[in-house]
Amino acid sequence: MPKSLKAPDQAPLVETVVPGTSDRAWIANGYDEVRAILSDTRFSTTPPAETAEASRRLVQPGNLLQYDPPEHTRLRKMLTGEFTLRRVRTLEPLVEGIVEDRLDALEGAGQPVDLVGQFVWPTASLTGCAMLGIPRDDQTELTRHLDNNRLDNPDREQRDMAGTAYLVYLGKLMRQKRRDPGDDLLGRLIRDHGRSLTEAELTGTAATLLASLIPITGGTLGLGLVGLLENPDQLALLVERPELIDHAVEEVIRSVTIIPHASPRTAKEDVAIGDQVIKAGDFVACSLLEANGARPPGEPQDTLDITRDNSGHMAFGHGLHYCLGASLARMELRAAISRLLRRFPKVRLAVPRDELRFTAKSVETLPVTW
Amino acid sequence: MEMEMEIRVDRDRCAGSSLCVSYLPDVFDQSDDDGKVLLRTAEPGADAAQAVRGVVTRCPTGAITVRARDAQEVRDA
Ligand code: HEM
Ligand code: HEM
Ligand code: SF4
Repeated sequence: MPKSLKAPDQAPLVETVVPGTSDRAWIANGYDEVRAILSDTRFSTTPPAETAEASRRLVQPGNLLQYDPPEHTRLRKMLTGEFTLRRVRTLEPLVEGIVEDRLDALEGAGQPVDLVGQFVWPTASLTGCAMLGIPRDDQTELTRHLDNNRLDNPDREQRDMAGTAYLVYLGKLMRQKRRDPGDDLLGRLIRDHGRSLTEAELTGTAATLLASLIPITGGTLGLGLVGLLENPDQLALLVERPELIDHAVEEVIRSVTIIPHASPRTAKEDVAIGDQVIKAGDFVACSLLEANGARPPGEPQDTLDITRDNSGHMAFGHGLHYCLGASLARMELRAAISRLLRRFPKVRLAVPRDELRFTAKSVETLPVTW
Repeated sequence: MEMEMEIRVDRDRCAGSSLCVSYLPDVFDQSDDDGKVLLRTAEPGADAAQAVRGVVTRCPTGAITVRARDAQEVRDA
């Protein structure tokens, strides 16, 4: 769905058209409406086409978000065992070690320091690469590709080249793992399911997981830290009462809502939502940002309240595409935020708030002192 | 007064989100193989009723349902 599609107002469910076409589309902003749509299997996330067969051919292989059941069920089941709460707990010491190393480096570097460059991206990419079994030596190159490929990079040529280089790298990695699957997530995926997955599915799975682990989780950490730093009372409360960390992490995730719109859905048949009817073939964009009452990157985070009950928030989506890595993301954010505040309880911005620059899913730099 | 309840889970629907397990580890568990929900107990008792209902509404796939055992059943038990 085109990015330019915007709700003319914030009504819970707005009928509109896809710009430049006569195709009917809907924008859901209301909490109940978004929840109803995302949990209703009469909506498809597979790119629409003339026939179901043609539609399946348009799916980006390995991108779970574009599959409908039963193919979705088949692929997702190969991965869910890697993301159970028990499995995530066994990874916790690894992530804590990465975080502590970075904090040591920060302490050594002296003040002020850029938390984004020195803490947020290293934590997210070291964690992601360790989970997926990506050699340390390749990490700089990979993160550069990811960064250059951001949707809001104005340099189109650089963007396209980065995209190609990234996929070539992951394809090579997966072929190498076919020969020698290590004891990491992708290695185990190949060992257990390699024979029923194509090269494209494997590469696409790696691309999905890596993008979720680095730009999505790292982006949330960086923007979440901005939110805490611009709400010093909330930050002080968390320093004073560290037991609030799980609540605080959940609130950071909600207040950032890094994926502002769920993947576009298409109605497979007529569906009544409240007293409106979404017709078969209509597109639907669900605004997780609006439904969660969150603010886009760069706007004042005036809703952050680490003691609020936000347990039904939809920053991880809802329904059968609910984020596969939610427990992992929570654990990583908990390790990073709680340890940062334990080491530097007086951490604060080293520049005026309005000098911070933002991209679509991150803050560019975050200079702090302590 | 909270009623006695019986929990059912639909493992076909479950997306392995871990939400139920993280809220109520005494009631829910997760398979190490496919990440899907397992029940530690189907009848957690009246004390847990409210917490279980909270999990039912939060489960992203509606895979958990509860059936209140009616007064008759409870009296007979
Ligand atoms: C704070 C961090 C994260 C947030 C806010 C987040 C958010 C989301 C959202 C909103 C969706 C559903 C989108 C939709 O329905 O259109 C989703 C799906 C997904 N996420 Fe995450 N995510 C995060 C971290 C992760 C991590 C760390 C991983 C894995 C390592 C991951 C893997 C996935 C996958 C594989 C899907 C697709 C699931 C499916 O289609 O069945 N995410 N995520
Ligand atoms: C087979 C190919 C690919 C698949 C299946 C894939 C899948 C995904 C998924 C599922 C997400 C996160 C969810 C979302 O924003 O809705 C994502 C985000 C992202 N992907 Fe990919 N991806 C692929 C190729 C690439 C390539 C070639 C690049 C280039 C380096 C790339 C860079 C990114 C970045 C930077 C994000 C973060 C989101 C943003 O900035 O908007 N991906 N990808
Ligand atoms: S909350 Fe629902 S989807 Fe998540 S693990 Fe439990 S039963 Fe499965």
